[in-house]
This record gives sequence, C-alpha cells and structure tokens, in this order.
Amino acid sequence: MSELTLERGLAAFRAEIDAPTAAFFSSCVHCGICAQSCPFYLETGDPKYTPILKLEPLRLIWENEFTLLGKLKGLLGLQRKVTDAMLAEWEELLYDSCSMCGRCSMVCPVGNDLAYMIRKSREGMVQSGHAPEGLISASVRAIKTGSPMGLQWKTLAVQIKHVEDSTGLKVPVDQVGADYLVMLSSMEVINFPEYLEAITKIFDHAGVTWTLSTQCFEATNAGIQIGNKDIAAQLVERVVAAAETLKAPNVISPECGHAFTAIRWEGPNLIGRAYPFRVFHIIEVLEELRVAGRIKTEGKEMDRLSLHDPCNLARKSGVIQQQRNLMDLVADNFVDLKEHGKYQWCCGAGGGVSSNERAEPLKMAAFKRKKAQIEEVAPERMVTMCATCRTQLEEGLEEFNMDIPVVGLTEMIADHLVEKETGS
Amino acid sequence: MSGSMEFLLWTKGPMFDIAMVIFAIGLLARLAEIFLLGRARNYAEPRAGEWPAGLRTMLTRTVADRGTFERAPFNVVVGWIWHLGFLAALLLFVPHIELAKGLFGISWPALPNPVVDFLTAITLLSLVATLVHRLNHPVKRRISTIEDYLVWTVVFMVVLTGYLAYHRMVNPYPLALGMHILSAEILLILLPFTKLTHILTAFIARWYNGAAFGRKGVQS
Amino acid sequence: MAARKTPEKTLGESLRDHGLSRRGFLKFCAATTSMMALPPSLAPAIAAALETAKRPSVIWLSFQECTGCTESLTRSHAPTLEDLILDFISLDYHHTLQAAAGEAAEEARLQAMEANKGEYLVIVDGSIPGPDANPGFSTVAGHSNYQTLMETVEHAAAVIAVGTCAAFGGIPQAKPNPTGAMSVMDLVKDKPVVNVSGCPPIPMVITGVLAHYLVFGRLPELDSYGRPLAFYGQSIHDRCYRRPFYDRGLFAESFDDEGAKLGWCLYRLGCKGPSTYNACATMKWNDGTSWPIESGHPCLGCSEPSFWDAGGFYEPLSVPLTLRPETLLQAGAVGAVVGGGLAALARKKVKDAAGTRQPVTVEELEQKL
Repeated sequence: MSELTLERGLAAFRAEIDAPTAAFFSSCVHCGICAQSCPFYLETGDPKYTPILKLEPLRLIWENEFTLLGKLKGLLGLQRKVTDAMLAEWEELLYDSCSMCGRCSMVCPVGNDLAYMIRKSREGMVQSGHAPEGLISASVRAIKTGSPMGLQWKTLAVQIKHVEDSTGLKVPVDQVGADYLVMLSSMEVINFPEYLEAITKIFDHAGVTWTLSTQCFEATNAGIQIGNKDIAAQLVERVVAAAETLKAPNVISPECGHAFTAIRWEGPNLIGRAYPFRVFHIIEVLEELRVAGRIKTEGKEMDRLSLHDPCNLARKSGVIQQQRNLMDLVADNFVDLKEHGKYQWCCGAGGGVSSNERAEPLKMAAFKRKKAQIEEVAPERMVTMCATCRTQLEEGLEEFNMDIPVVGLTEMIADHLVEKETGS
Repeated sequence: MSGSMEFLLWTKGPMFDIAMVIFAIGLLARLAEIFLLGRARNYAEPRAGEWPAGLRTMLTRTVADRGTFERAPFNVVVGWIWHLGFLAALLLFVPHIELAKGLFGISWPALPNPVVDFLTAITLLSLVATLVHRLNHPVKRRISTIEDYLVWTVVFMVVLTGYLAYHRMVNPYPLALGMHILSAEILLILLPFTKLTHILTAFIARWYNGAAFGRKGVQS
Repeated sequence: MAARKTPEKTLGESLRDHGLSRRGFLKFCAATTSMMALPPSLAPAIAAALETAKRPSVIWLSFQECTGCTESLTRSHAPTLEDLILDFISLDYHHTLQAAAGEAAEEARLQAMEANKGEYLVIVDGSIPGPDANPGFSTVAGHSNYQTLMETVEHAAAVIAVGTCAAFGGIPQAKPNPTGAMSVMDLVKDKPVVNVSGCPPIPMVITGVLAHYLVFGRLPELDSYGRPLAFYGQSIHDRCYRRPFYDRGLFAESFDDEGAKLGWCLYRLGCKGPSTYNACATMKWNDGTSWPIESGHPCLGCSEPSFWDAGGFYEPLSVPLTLRPETLLQAGAVGAVVGGGLAALARKKVKDAAGTRQPVTVEELEQKL
C-alpha cells in the first residue's frame, strides 16, 4: 500500500519550482519587512513566524537543486538538506501560523509573492505526510461525503424548507438553464442559513433565475487549504460537473473566501482547462444588479457600521469597491477600518487555520490585530461577506468581551429590499 | 617588485577583467536559470492584463505603503538612504562616470565631488546602522545568515575604501585606490551568486508579483 | 678631467673660488633646507655643515637611457647651475660631461673607485639589461651594463638611481620589455639605494639628495619606493593648484573647452596627479617658471613605477586597462549558455517530478490520522 514519504514530498517541492519562485528567492535580502505585515508574528512577537522563514524548505530545494552555487555546494558536501525532522518542525510554520492572507506579498520591497510560495510549499508538506490532522480530516470528509463538515443534502433540504416557509418563495433546485448556479459552504448551511434566505429574496426581487444543485452544493475546497492538487482538483471537478449538468452559464461562489479563490482562480488550473461558465462572488453579482438598477432598497441602517474585507475576496481577488457601494446603499453611518481593501488585515482564521484545531491559540492571537483595528474606529456592528471571517470575528469579539455583532452584507441588503406589492 | 602601483595596475588590469567576466557569466547564468524555468499556463479568466500591473509594481514597490512605513520606519528610511547614497556615489561620481565612458563610451552628468563625499559619509553611517539593526532586531537576527554578513561586509568595504581613497587617508594613494577597486571587484564576483542579485532580480520578482495580483484585479 | 683623490678644499672654499658670494651661499642653504622639508632654523647649521664638507667622489653610470636626466641636471638653476654641481662633488666619471674618452675614461673610473673605496657615491641613470638578458643589448667599453654596475657598486657608499629608468625600469622596461630591462634596486641588494624618479627628475631634487648626504653624512628618509620623502611625500594631486576645481567638480572636458581655458581640473583628460608622488607642483620646472599641469597638460605620472604601462596618458585614472566591451559580451554569452544548460536540466527535473508525481489519495491521508 502506498504511503506519503519524504521522497514524494521533495519531488512535490521540486515540481513547484518555477520562474517566479526562482526570481523571488534570488531577490530576498532578509530585510524582515514581511514580518511586519504578518499578524502571527506581530501578535506573538516570535521571530520564527517571519513569513520568509516559513518558506525555508522550498528555498533550500531551490538553492540546492536549481542554482549554480547550490550545486557547487553539493559537490563540496556543504548543502543543508531538507529532512523529515525539518518538515515536521515547519508544519506549524506553514499551516498553524499562516492564513495565506497574502499581506506579506503586498509589502515585500523586492516584490516576493510569499503567499504564492506558501501555497506551493504545502504541496510538498502533504506529499511528505506533514499536514495537520484537522486539515487531513476535512479533506477526507470532503472527498468522501462531499462536505468538509460531513454535511449532506438532506440537511440542506431541511434549511430549504425553512427558507421557503419563512419567505413564501420557492428555492429552485436542479433547474436546467438557470442563469446562476449558486454554490454554498457547509458553514453557511449550518451556522448562517440567513444567507440562503437572503439570496432567495434578492434574486426573486431582481428577477434573477438561479438554482441549487443536488449533484453538488458545496464549493469550499479543503484541498486548497491543505495544499494538494489532487484533492482540490476532485472537488473542483464536482462543481464543474454540476454546472455542466445544469448548463449554467454562471456559478456563484459561496460567501467563503478560500472557496472563491479555489473556484475562481485555482480551479481552471487544477483541472487543466478553462471553464465553460463564469464564476462570481455573490458580492460581484449584487453589485452588478445594483448598477443595473435591479435592486431597490428602502431605509438605511443608522448605527455605526464598519467592514471587514475577506483577504481572499479583496486583496487576492480585487473585489474591494463593490462591497463599499453596496454598503452605501443600505448604511448611513459606514466607516472603513484604517487599513482596508488590499491592505486589510486578516481575521486570522483563513488558509485552513480554522480547520486546524491545534492552531486555535495562534488563531486567537492573530485576531488581536483585527481587534485593534476594530477598536480604532469603534463601530457598533461589523459587516463582512465570508463565513469563516464572520465566525472568527464573532468568536474573537466574544473572547475579548466586545459587544459588537457581526452581520453579513448580503443579508443586510435583503433586509432593505422594497417589498413587492402584496396580494397579487 | 611588488609595490602599491603594481597592485593598482593589477586591480585595474587583469583582476578587473576576471571580475567582470565572472560577473557577466554569473549574472547571465542566473537570469537564464530563472527565466527558462517558465510558468505554468494560467487558465483562469483574468480581470486585467498582466503587463501594465507588472510594470507598475516594478516601480511602485520602491515606496513602502504607509502602514509598513509606520511599522518599520527604520527599515524603510535607512534602507532608502543607503541605497540612494550608494547609487549616487556609484553612478554620479566623476571617476566612475569616466570608467563607464572609457569602457562603453557613454557618459552622463556628475554630481560635484563634495556632494558625493557627503552622500558617501551618510551611506557609511547608514550601513553601520543597518548592521546594528540586523544584530539587534529579533526578526532580522533570526533570519540572517552568514551570507547576509558577508554581503554587508563587502558592500561596506566598497564604500569605505572609496571614502578612504577620496580623502587619501591611506598612503600611498595607489594602494588606497587599488583596495577600493579590488573591493568593488569582489562585490562584482559575489553579485550573481548571492542576494546581491536582487539589484536585477527584484525587478523581475516585482513584475511577477504585480502580474499575479494584476490579473486578479489588484494593483500590488 | 684627470683622475684624482678627493681634493683637500672644503666645499665653502671651493664655492668662493668660483665666485659665489657668502650671501649667495646662504641663500642656497636656505633653499636646500626648505627643499628637504627641514625647519628654517636649521639653515645656519646646514650652511656650517656644507661650508666644511669635503666634496665626495661621484661616479655617474649611464645605461639604457636617453640622457634626459643629465640634460635636466645641467639645467639646474637653484643651486646655481652646473658650476655648483661640479664643485659640490667631485664628478670623476660621466660619459657625457667628462673630457676623457676611451680607455682613459674607464681608467678614471677605476682610479676613483680605488682611491675612494667605500666612500664614493654611484649615480646611475638608465635601466640595465638584467643578468639573464643578452649582454650585448647595452655595453660600455666592451662590458655589459650589468657587469659595469655590479663592479662599480661593490665598494660604493651608496647608489643614487636618477630617473625613472634607473629607479623603476622606466620606458625600456615597458611592455614587452625586449631587453629584459631592470632597475638598480632590482639588482643592487647590498647597498643603500636612493631612487630619484621622474622622467626626468627635477634637478633640484637630485642636488637636494646630494646636499642632504653632504650635510648629514647619510641618506635621507625614504618612502616605500626608496624615494626621498622630502620630495616624494605628497602627491601631485594634493599639492596641485587646480585641486579646488577637482573638489568642486569642475573639470576640463577637452583641451580647448571653456573649462580648459578657465584652468579647471584635468582629471577627465587623463591627469595621473592623484596617483603620482613628486615635487613638481611645489618646485616647478625651469627655475620655478611652470610645470606640466600649469601649462595645461595632465600629469603623466612619470615618477611612478610602470608609468608607461599604467593606462593611456589621456585616459582618466579610473578607466580599466585591458577590459573591452566585447569581452563582456562574450562572457555574457557564455553565461547564458551555461545558465541555459543548467536551467534546461532544472526544467527537466521539474517536469520529471511532475510527470512521475503520485497523486495523493484519501487512503494515504487517512494513514496519517
């Protein structure tokens, strides 16, 4: 029976070396500025969490096998090798203390895209058997049950029933030819069923044809978080197959940051071909509807609101202005956090950190950066658009006894829709 | 006869040739090493082109964002000062321009010597400050390698010997000048094989960074 | 000039015989004092010392040379001309200046050597084909220069190498050095050698060294090249009256531009002043009339070793000597090929790693739980 070994891990690291990686490692001057952008370093003060240091295994493979000097060192027996013990030590650095938020990639003076290389490093970690238990479990469940939380359609069916009862609207399922195939995350289904209710109302209001798919409803991707192409590709293929079955021209990613990265940016490369459909985040769709005048709202939230940009949506996908336009539609007293948009700070839970129980203390430590940002502008409520971020914000704010509720932007829009004429 | 003039002529003659040849071979080899690795084809639908964003990042990353400046003012300010001072002394000092003119036939205006002298002094002080920072800042101390200290020493020696030669603090002068030229040659030889390659590859790295973010619709 | 033992007359008596006034003599002493960088208060002591000094016997050997050094010496003004020179010392042998010729001349040399054994000075101008060179390259009276030199210096008190050829090999030694030319200090290891370099050297420097020897009975303090520090202690650049222009970054760009007319620094026109140690900038030439830089020409660096091979006279000091852009291009091409080869191998490695990649399965992952 085959097993994950160091050799497979090293081969995986090797296979990840490309021109950008070589350019990045050639350029690092060890200035340490990346640490100043990392919530895990800043909030723990432990220099081992310096982002560039987390990439040491990949860097060693590059130096040893892809540079002239490294090869000369090899001839003289001066190479430092990547060992099992080293990878075991680095497991914490590459998973527990990194949410792949990409903030370091934004500030590195020589332009190193560190998050890109963290993602690559995780390929080697999985192949060498050094991934955290929490992420392994989630990946296994995702492949076996279709959901990283082991959720099944029947649970969703119950939620659909609730939504239909409370809205009086039909939730379309398996509608061939609908404009939009809506994907969900298990977290939304269990913790934030109001999301499904909100889009049901909004799409009805705007006259959008959409559908869920019984073939595949889950678009989160544990393979992306753990960092394995094989798992990730299988999960993406399921979404693609569902979209193809229903001939959907557009797929809406769940309100989940990494799921959007997975399906929008990594997906086509994982399966090695372009999609026959386009992929949007719900915020992009809502903004398009707003611009087209298809969303009519009334009334505004009057309390002081602020916004948390999910890393995967803002910095890593360029959806930044859209949510602000939507906020203006329904909020009268909106104030941005000081560093936002592409320079926002991670909540601390992304990149698989929240699925990795072991990382809980680090996750809460990293949240302190967000907490400080929130305290700076002192909003009455926080708004966001990612289930993982939302959970982390809620847990974190509670942990620090801050009475600041967290709401989803989509639900807030839904709350302000102009009611249709009744009695028709 | 082994005198300082022979030493100077050796640094200006054969040693200069050796250093420049190693530099040229090493640098081109490094660039080939990088570019020939290539990138995987990207099938995801882009939001914008890679080139404009990549080219912009090549320039914009020179200036730190405000938050980074506030969190690491020393890095940003001292880094800027010594890089600018070094570049000014390298590119705008008359003898250096004459070297380029003699070698490639191109020249450009120079700064007055006292200005270069002042910038060199500032550069020396800044370099000392960066070393102190490297030895004391927990992150920098943790991530520093022998190479970092070696490269620092070589860069510092180049500036220091240049300063000593200009002020004729070492006698006889051919020895001072020869030491300066030799230091520069050591720097040229080390450049393609150490982090010093960043003088070139940083712009490649920035392009890749800007391109990757740019195609996703973010100007990095 | 008949061969003779050192005359009994003192230098003072000899000078007065030749019509030099007391006042003129003291003026000479003051000039000599300042020239040797000694405090002015020493001038009377020097006068007293010179007054009573005995003229030393001097043998002047000319080898591979152009006689420029002798020409320079005979045009010496400050210690009142060749009269002074000829009375200052007892010049017992000198091809160009002596009346005797042929065997008589050589006889004079041998007699002087015999009569002043261990006390005479040897002055050499010109370089010498070394012991391994063809002795026929330069001979005097059928003897190779090397033979003559070694024979003459054997019982000398000291040797003064006058001119860059004698001091450092000079032009005869310039690449490709066809005669195997060597300097005096390359060959004479067991006698004190003073180098009075320059092409030619400043006449006052030659007389200054002799004056020092007469006054103090020993050779002056020397730099690492064996040159008297009093004259070679500072660079042309440091004493150049155009130095302020260098410091302000004002340079002549060509020989007829505004900068040249305004007397700006000649660095960019190839001035070797920064690396040249000599007294030209302070003592000047032709009785203090002018010197090369004052007349608008860059310093050639003639008083330094290898000056003929140290880059073009009109190339600035910082220009490399031998590198050509083509060399760089070729090296770059080699680098690209080497790097390309290595990169191709590396790329293959990536492809192989990707090609033989084993997909991760759920079963494999479960083993880790």
